[in-house]
Amino acid sequence: MSAVLVLVETDGGGATEVSRETLTFVRGLGLDVHALVVGDGPPGLVDQLGAYGVTTVHHADGDAFTSYAAAAWAAAVVAAAGDATVVTAAGTPRGNEVLAHVACRLGVTMAANVVEVESVSPLSVSRQVLGGSALEEMRLEDAVAVFSVAGHACDPAEAESHATPVVHPLDVSVPEADLRARVVRTEPGEPDESGGLKSARVVVGAGRGAGGPDGFADLLELTELLGGSLGVSRVVTSLGWRPHHEQVGQTGSRVAPDLYVACGISGAIQHWAGMSSSKTILAINTDPDAPMVTKAHYAVIGDLHEIVPAVNEELRRRSAG
Amino acid sequence: MSNVLVCIKRVPDLGGEITLTPDGLGVDDSALGHTVSPHEECAVELAIQVAKDTDGQATVLTLGSSDAVEQLRHALALGCTGAVLVEADASAYGPADVAAAIADVVRAHEAAGTTYDLVLLGNDASDTGDFQVGIRLSYLLDRPVVAGVSTLSVDGDRVVARGGAPDGGTEIFEVPLPAVLTVMEGGIEPRYPSIPGRMKAKKVQIEEVAPSGTPAGAGRVRLKLPPVQPSQVEVLGEGPEAAGAVVDLLEKLGVVR
Ligand SMILES: Cc1cc2nc3c(=O)[nH]c(=O)nc-3n(C[C@H](O)[C@H](O)[C@H](O)COP(=O)(O)OP(=O)(O)OC[C@H]3O[C@@H](n4cnc5c(N)ncnc54)[C@H](O)[C@@H]3O)c2cc1C
Ligand SMILES: Nc1ncnc2c1ncn2[C@@H]1O[C@H](COP(=O)(O)O)[C@@H](O)[C@H]1O
Repeated sequence: MSAVLVLVETDGGGATEVSRETLTFVRGLGLDVHALVVGDGPPGLVDQLGAYGVTTVHHADGDAFTSYAAAAWAAAVVAAAGDATVVTAAGTPRGNEVLAHVACRLGVTMAANVVEVESVSPLSVSRQVLGGSALEEMRLEDAVAVFSVAGHACDPAEAESHATPVVHPLDVSVPEADLRARVVRTEPGEPDESGGLKSARVVVGAGRGAGGPDGFADLLELTELLGGSLGVSRVVTSLGWRPHHEQVGQTGSRVAPDLYVACGISGAIQHWAGMSSSKTILAINTDPDAPMVTKAHYAVIGDLHEIVPAVNEELRRRSAG
Repeated sequence: MSNVLVCIKRVPDLGGEITLTPDGLGVDDSALGHTVSPHEECAVELAIQVAKDTDGQATVLTLGSSDAVEQLRHALALGCTGAVLVEADASAYGPADVAAAIADVVRAHEAAGTTYDLVLLGNDASDTGDFQVGIRLSYLLDRPVVAGVSTLSVDGDRVVARGGAPDGGTEIFEVPLPAVLTVMEGGIEPRYPSIPGRMKAKKVQIEEVAPSGTPAGAGRVRLKLPPVQPSQVEVLGEGPEAAGAVVDLLEKLGVVR
C-alpha cells in the first residue's frame, strides 16, 4: 500500500496539537501513515504516534539537525518520503516553509493550508485563501502531492486501532549548502507576549474606536475584570497605539475564545479571519451597520468610552454585593 | 553597498465582505481599492532601510497588470529608487511561475551590471496565500533563504535575520549574501510617504518587462465562500444604560470571575 508521510512537529508533550490534527486528517486518505520526526523527540512520542495510526516513524538525527535549517529538514523529508504519494505537515510557519522546500526539490506543486480533500483520484483539495475568508479548490496532479493541513481543519483523534510503529533511523546526508540558512542563536520570548492571547477564554478586542494610545485604560480594566487578554486591530498596531503581538487577524494572532468583546472594531474580513471562531461575539460600536455588529451574536450601540466604564462599574458593583 | 530587490503584489483591499466574479475564479474587485499585504509593506520598509544604511539601491518589482503601477509608485514615494513591472495577468500565474519571472529579472539586471545582495518578499501573499514564492526563487537562484523574517541587518557579506520561533521566542539566522528573505509583519513600523517623496516618485521611469514563456498556472478550479449567514444579532441596548444587560450576558456565559 502506498503511504502518506507526515512531518511531525513536537513540543515537550509530544506531537503538537496541529500535528495531531494533521495525522487525523490524513488518515482519511486511506493510505499507510508514516511520520518523520527531526531531532530529539520527547519521551513517549512513538507510542503516541502509534495511537494516531502511524505505522512507520522515520527519525532524522545528527549534527545537521541540532539547530533548525529548513533546507536540511526538507532533505530529511525527501529521504523519508521513499515512494510515498502524499507528503504533508501542519500549516504552521515551519510546516509551510519546509514543504515549500520539499516541493522545489521534488519539482512539484505545493498547496498551503488545506482544509478538505474533495476527491482522491484525481486528487483535488480545498485550501484557505484570503487569510481564511475563502476557500480555493485546487487540483494536485503531480506523482507526489505536497500539501499542508490548516490548523483546526479537524479535531485531533486517535485511530480506532492503535499501531505499533516501526522506528526507522534515517541516514540523511545534508550538504553544506543546505545549512547556509540555519538558526545560530535563539532568544526566549516575553512570557505574556501573545501566548496568553491565543489561549485566553475571554478576549477584549479594541479597534480605532479606542481613539488613541490613551484610550485603553477602561478596556484594560475590563480585560482584567474578566481575566482575559487584550487583542487589537491592525489600525491600532500600525498607529503605534499598542504592540504588534496583540494584533488579531490575518497577519496577527488567531484566537478562539469563549467570548470576544469587539470594541470600536469595524469587522474587516482580515480582522474577522482572526476571531471568527469565537464562541460568542459581543460588539460595542457607534455604528449599528458595522459588519462586526451585524455578524455578532450580541451588540451594544454607542460610544465605547461611555459603555465600557459602565460595564466595569456594574461588574465591580455585583462582585462587591 | 547592498542593492535590494523587493517584490510586492497588488491585491484588492477587501472590506467587510467578498464578492466573487461570475465565473467563480476570482474576487470581484471592480468596486474596491487596492493595496499590498502588510508583510510586503514591511519588506519594502526593510529594503529602503538596508539600501540607505549601505548606500545601495532599493528596487521594487511586481508582476501584474498595468494598474499595479499604483503600488509601484507608492513604494517609490516611500524611498525605493527603481521599479520593475512584469506586465502579466497575475491570476494566470502560479507561485512557481511568479518565482521564475522574478528570477528572470534578477538575472537580466545582473547581466546589465546590477546585482541584488538581497531579494525580499512577503512570507505569503494576502490573496492566494501560497507561502512559497520566495523559497522557489531561492532554488532558482541557488541562494540561501530564510522565511518569516521580522527584522534584519546587513553586516559586511552576511545578513543577520530575526524571526519568530515555534515556542514564542526568537530565532536568529546569519546568512551569507546574496540571499532571499521572506518578511512577516511585526518587527518594524512601515513609514508613510512624504510629499517630496511623492513628487520624486512621479518622475521615476518604470521599467516594463514582458514575461518570457507561458505560465503553468495555479491549478485553481474555483473559489468558494462560506455561506452568508443572515444577521442574528441581539442588540442589548444603547449607550451606558445597557451595562446591566451586558453583565447579565457575561454572567450567563460564565465568564465573570
Ligand atoms: C492583507 C491585509 C491584512 C490585514 N490584516 C489585518 C489583521 O491581521 N488584523 C486586523 O485587525 N486588520 C488587518 N487588516 C486591516 C483591515 O483591513 C482593517 O483596516 C482593520 O481591521 C480596521 O481596523 P478597525 O476596525 O480598528 O478600524 P476601522 O475600520 O476604522 O473601524 C473603526 C470602528 O470603530 C467604530 N467606532 C469609532 N469610534 C467609536 C467609539 N467611540 N465607540 C465605539 N465604536 C467606535 C466605528 O464605527 C468603526 O466601526 C489587514 C488588511 C489587509 C489588506
Ligand atoms: N504577482 C506578484 N508580483 C510580485 N511579487 C509577488 C507576486 N506574487 C507573489 N509575490 C511575492 O511572493 C510573496 C509570497 O507569495 P505566495 O507564495 O504566493 O504566498 C508575496 O508576499 C510577494 O512578496
